[in-house]
Amino acid sequence: MTAPVVKGFAALLVHAPNLVRYGAEPFYRLRARGEDAGATLRPGLRSYEDALRYPPNQAFIGNLRPEALGDLPVPWYAHPLEGASPQGRHGDLMSEEIFYGFLKVADDFSQVSLEADFLEEIQESLRQHPLFQETDAKRLGRGATAPDLAQKVSSEEALPLFLGERMVGIVQRAHPLDPSLSAHALLENLACKASALLALRQLLGQHPGGPESIDYLLSCSEEAVGDRFNRGGGNLAKAVGELAGCLNATGADVKSFCSAPLHAMVMAGGLAQSGVYGDIAIVGGGSLPKLGMNYDRHLEAGIPVLEDMLGAVAFIVGPDDGHNPQIRLDAVGRHDIRAGFSQQAIMEALVVRPLERLGLSISSVDRYASELQNPDITRRFERGDTAKTNYKMIAALAAKRGEIPADGLDTFVATCGMPGFAPSQGHIPVGIAYLGHGMDLLSSGQARRIMFLAKGSLFLGRMTHLADGMSVLVEQHP
Amino acid sequence: MDLDNQAQIKELAERLGVENLVVVIGALDSGGAEIAAMTVTSGDPTYAGPLAGVSLRLPVYHVLEPEVRSSVDQAAYQEEVELMEMALEESVEDIVATTRKAREGLD
Repeated sequence: MTAPVVKGFAALLVHAPNLVRYGAEPFYRLRARGEDAGATLRPGLRSYEDALRYPPNQAFIGNLRPEALGDLPVPWYAHPLEGASPQGRHGDLMSEEIFYGFLKVADDFSQVSLEADFLEEIQESLRQHPLFQETDAKRLGRGATAPDLAQKVSSEEALPLFLGERMVGIVQRAHPLDPSLSAHALLENLACKASALLALRQLLGQHPGGPESIDYLLSCSEEAVGDRFNRGGGNLAKAVGELAGCLNATGADVKSFCSAPLHAMVMAGGLAQSGVYGDIAIVGGGSLPKLGMNYDRHLEAGIPVLEDMLGAVAFIVGPDDGHNPQIRLDAVGRHDIRAGFSQQAIMEALVVRPLERLGLSISSVDRYASELQNPDITRRFERGDTAKTNYKMIAALAAKRGEIPADGLDTFVATCGMPGFAPSQGHIPVGIAYLGHGMDLLSSGQARRIMFLAKGSLFLGRMTHLADGMSVLVEQHP
Repeated sequence: MDLDNQAQIKELAERLGVENLVVVIGALDSGGAEIAAMTVTSGDPTYAGPLAGVSLRLPVYHVLEPEVRSSVDQAAYQEEVELMEMALEESVEDIVATTRKAREGLD
């Protein structure tokens, strides 16, 4: 049987403590209270070293198997890893100052200005960075003077970019009245574009055909790129592809709250299998609005603000190549409109029905990659352990169907699940964060079948009370 | 408790009267149940939402309590609640105890 395959995966983490102030919760709340965001947040911000040694971050970039996190002492933030590396099997953990450089690289309209001395300071590290390309150098420009930048900030045309208390750059608005082109909206969009670009470059650097072998790009990123006449108009995919050198590709964006990555994966699978396109790259850029989502509770508890990471992913789906893991298009799980709202209905739609179509049982799947939110964060803030709850629901479904004994739920969870490890980035934790690890297991024969699951909270947008959900079964190539 | 839910409960209490309302909560752990139950009885303990400092003293039940279970359609209960009940990390008794305590504190 031929089926589309997943050909590669890359991930990127950016430690962004000084961008936390521009996350939606800190930005709007602290502004409403008239508080100095820098002063309020500073006591809770962690160092790059702390972020690097944080076990879930090492799992995300591929230096640690997520399953192994279960053996480490908790809370993870209090038990930093020895020997952590910024280079992972799936990608890098980048520092904020280098990311500011790439923010400027990603900027086509001079919205970002970096301060000249700062630019000089990072120039050498940027040039030596493996994801920096020769053509990026001229995009950096010469930098601006600190008084010029300060003037633009004080006239409210721009938001300052900080490193600690030092202003090292600004992001300017593109229109005085349009909220879609405000400095804040553009910063969100550029952070998404830059992080998606870095993940895509990482991915294409390992792809035998290189960037020009990509026919189509899909972005499953969350940001609403557009203007007042078309908020969320989109096509970040093409914008990212341009800077990654995908000259033969076109692209489009896929939106469905957190379940967008799996919709994109299924669409790409269909397009590759039908022959419309060959290799298709999917990018999910980082989501700046999620930074510091629970900053006040972190500060109140006296623990570091753990939502200080931008996370991005990129992967390629293409026609069957005879060896990479296959996407089972005949077993796509979907939460259809009639499925209802209950968690049970959603899980049956996503897990049971697609497996039934193939005559498989719940326990015939080696691993489920579900909502992999980090329990170090969710447990503390009354949302419990989302990943574990999902696994227990899948186990309970298996028990109800008589596949496993009623007292076998915990064993099932330990065998088929894993602790959540992904940064709080909306679309990134939902299954897709595990794709690289999953491909490693499938390619090495340590697993035959992995199911990726995603749920999306459509109701948050106030257009429907519905939720969304999607599942995709990926198998070892026969 | 979610700020929108707090606002909605406050509005319903004002419109319908507290004597005509019962709150059924569905928190997955005892900590969450306690906060939700306190929010609709003595007021939002986190002082974040519309019910901060507002003591509605509404009768509150957890969906897993026998009083609720026995008064709803069993097929619907099985379809909507049973799987979540099986997936709980804490015992049902622990989770409902905090709700019961908040309710009994009203007497």
